[in-house]
Amino acid sequence: MAGRVLTCQIDGQDVSGLEESTILEVAREHHIRIPTLCHVPGLPEAGACRVCLVEVEGAARLLPACVTRIAEGMKVKTESERLLKYRRMTVEMLFAERNHICSVCVSNGHCDLQWLAQTLGVDHIRFPYRYPALPVDSSHARFVADHNRCVLCLRCVRVCGEIEGAHTWDVMGRGADCLVITDLAQPWGESASCTSCGKCVQVCPTGALSEKGKSAGEMAKQRRFLPYLTLMRGGNHV
Amino acid sequence: MTKRTLVIDPVTRIEGHSKITIQLDEQGRVADARFHVTQFRGFEKICENRPFHEMPALMARICGICPVSHLITSAKACDAILAVAVPKTAVHLRRILNLAQILQSHALSLFHLSSPDLLLGMDSDPLRRNLFGLAQTHPEVARDGIRLRQVGQTIIEILGGKRIHPAWVVPGGVSAPLTAEKRDQIRDLLPEGLVALNRRLDQFKELFAQFPEEVDSFAHFPSLFLGLVDDHGDLEHYNGPARVIGSGGAVVKDGFAAGAYPEYIGEINEHDSYLKSAYYKPFGYPDGIYRVGPLARLNIARRCGTPRADRELEDLRALSKGPALASFHYHQARMVEMLFCLERIEQLLNEPAILDTHVRAQAAVNAEEGIAMAEAPRGLLLHHYKVDRDGLVRWANLIIATGHNNLAMNRGVLQTAQRFVDGERLTEGALNRVEAVIRAFDPCLSCSTHAYGQMPLEVELRDVSGGLLDVRRR
Repeated sequence: MAGRVLTCQIDGQDVSGLEESTILEVAREHHIRIPTLCHVPGLPEAGACRVCLVEVEGAARLLPACVTRIAEGMKVKTESERLLKYRRMTVEMLFAERNHICSVCVSNGHCDLQWLAQTLGVDHIRFPYRYPALPVDSSHARFVADHNRCVLCLRCVRVCGEIEGAHTWDVMGRGADCLVITDLAQPWGESASCTSCGKCVQVCPTGALSEKGKSAGEMAKQRRFLPYLTLMRGGNHV
Repeated sequence: MTKRTLVIDPVTRIEGHSKITIQLDEQGRVADARFHVTQFRGFEKICENRPFHEMPALMARICGICPVSHLITSAKACDAILAVAVPKTAVHLRRILNLAQILQSHALSLFHLSSPDLLLGMDSDPLRRNLFGLAQTHPEVARDGIRLRQVGQTIIEILGGKRIHPAWVVPGGVSAPLTAEKRDQIRDLLPEGLVALNRRLDQFKELFAQFPEEVDSFAHFPSLFLGLVDDHGDLEHYNGPARVIGSGGAVVKDGFAAGAYPEYIGEINEHDSYLKSAYYKPFGYPDGIYRVGPLARLNIARRCGTPRADRELEDLRALSKGPALASFHYHQARMVEMLFCLERIEQLLNEPAILDTHVRAQAAVNAEEGIAMAEAPRGLLLHHYKVDRDGLVRWANLIIATGHNNLAMNRGVLQTAQRFVDGERLTEGALNRVEAVIRAFDPCLSCSTHAYGQMPLEVELRDVSGGLLDVRRR
């Protein structure tokens, strides 16, 4: 059911979009760049990473562009000192939270988190690293899950549940103890529901999920299948 | 007079952090001297629970000077875990990378770190006794040294994508084949390297002859020598079994493979150093003292196997009867090996299958243990991993060249201190010689280079109760 067309302003530019559109969707349609991390074209939004925060006139808080719908007359700002500060802080906290050792990571040079840090000018982490002792699950015959590199974007959870329909991935624990898990926190290799399709690996933004046998810098992800699959299934979430 | 201790801290113009203590007796004579490594890296623990495919890149981070050695030895240990035959072309390419690194590392050791002692003099002004001082007084030597290092580093960059920590060597082979264009780029670099080295060979051989006292006292003693040889007993840096020879040249043990190292190499923790001392197990500690590195390799090998290097090897061998026991000759051995590296790289580039695109064997975990040896610039390097069925590293043991040489370096420090250090009259030049014996071994104590010659040298004179009597700084 097509909704009404609403008009609003993004960075001073008059734009329009369907009323169910998000700020992110309308911005991208009009070639206005908003940085994202948990967002992947073809998957339902999670609003998990807070990297796409924007300023909306009249709103006291910063709002995530990926899950905030446009409204008639809305005035949005996607770039400001304040936004840059918060986005940088968010990315720095992601680095500080776990053990992101880019130099030896399978995704070095192909990593969304690394790329984001570069584009935001993150050259130092101002927060103390937590250095959590996190496991590597290498029990699957073809894939490896390294929780040290996970940013909890939930892309794996969403692609597994919404696209593959297996719902092998889910989330356990709260706050700093939060982990993505396979089935009921069993080793991935023992998961009864996993179809070994590998979609989770390909959508993972970092080296958290990778193909077994890859060495440092070798894990380039292939994501072009996703919008195609979604389109073929009726066009939801594109 | 009471007993006193001299401390040289830090030792400069070496790779890593260390200090030397010299014990003086009541008469001010040197009673004992020790070489202490004061830094701790912990890579044997860091790698635990990581996927073994990560090991080559992770282990390369041990060192910024010789990352390629760790990369190659680690990848070879991982090959053993995969239990695959690495494609022949990949072996050739790994060899080229290793030789390029030996070239650049030897150039660094000889020209950047040690030649200020040799060309400016052991007793020269310490403020100028460094590469920058050398560049002022002997700019052509500094230029050739820097250029030789650049040739090696550039070959590493062409092959591996970057000069330091290339991730190109992977378990099962290398990640990308060589292209004709890159082969030609490497080939074009070699003549300039050969010209630069030839320009310096005769000059340095004459220079070395001007240090007879240092030749006699810089770790000049009988010891075993350990290194790899190929099937013909020739110089080998990548593969092959290890050979041990005695100080007279007789073969003590021939052809032990990497997997047999626990039978032959023992390690002992020293109470005053983070560096373990390795010894030849059948002879026990400390009688099993041995040396590794360029001089050891050239003592052990029948010949180099390339024409120019073999001619230079004859000159080196003419300096001693039997194996060279004077560690001062490590410098000349480095020059012979640099020549060998340049010649051998050219030979390997001419291998008919060098551009073959099959350069990687794929497999899962087929063995839960992998042990490998290769020759690093400073000597034999050994990586030993145990993994679980899923390929996560559970245990690792690394024996690096500097560990093999630790007993010899300690004995060398004592020998040099006894010859040159006089407790009654401390001179900067005498203390510099005690450092220079360490430089002859070119130890690699960490992964970072340092401001050579510019770091402070502080010697404290203390009485038996630890009271400070005198301090000398530079």
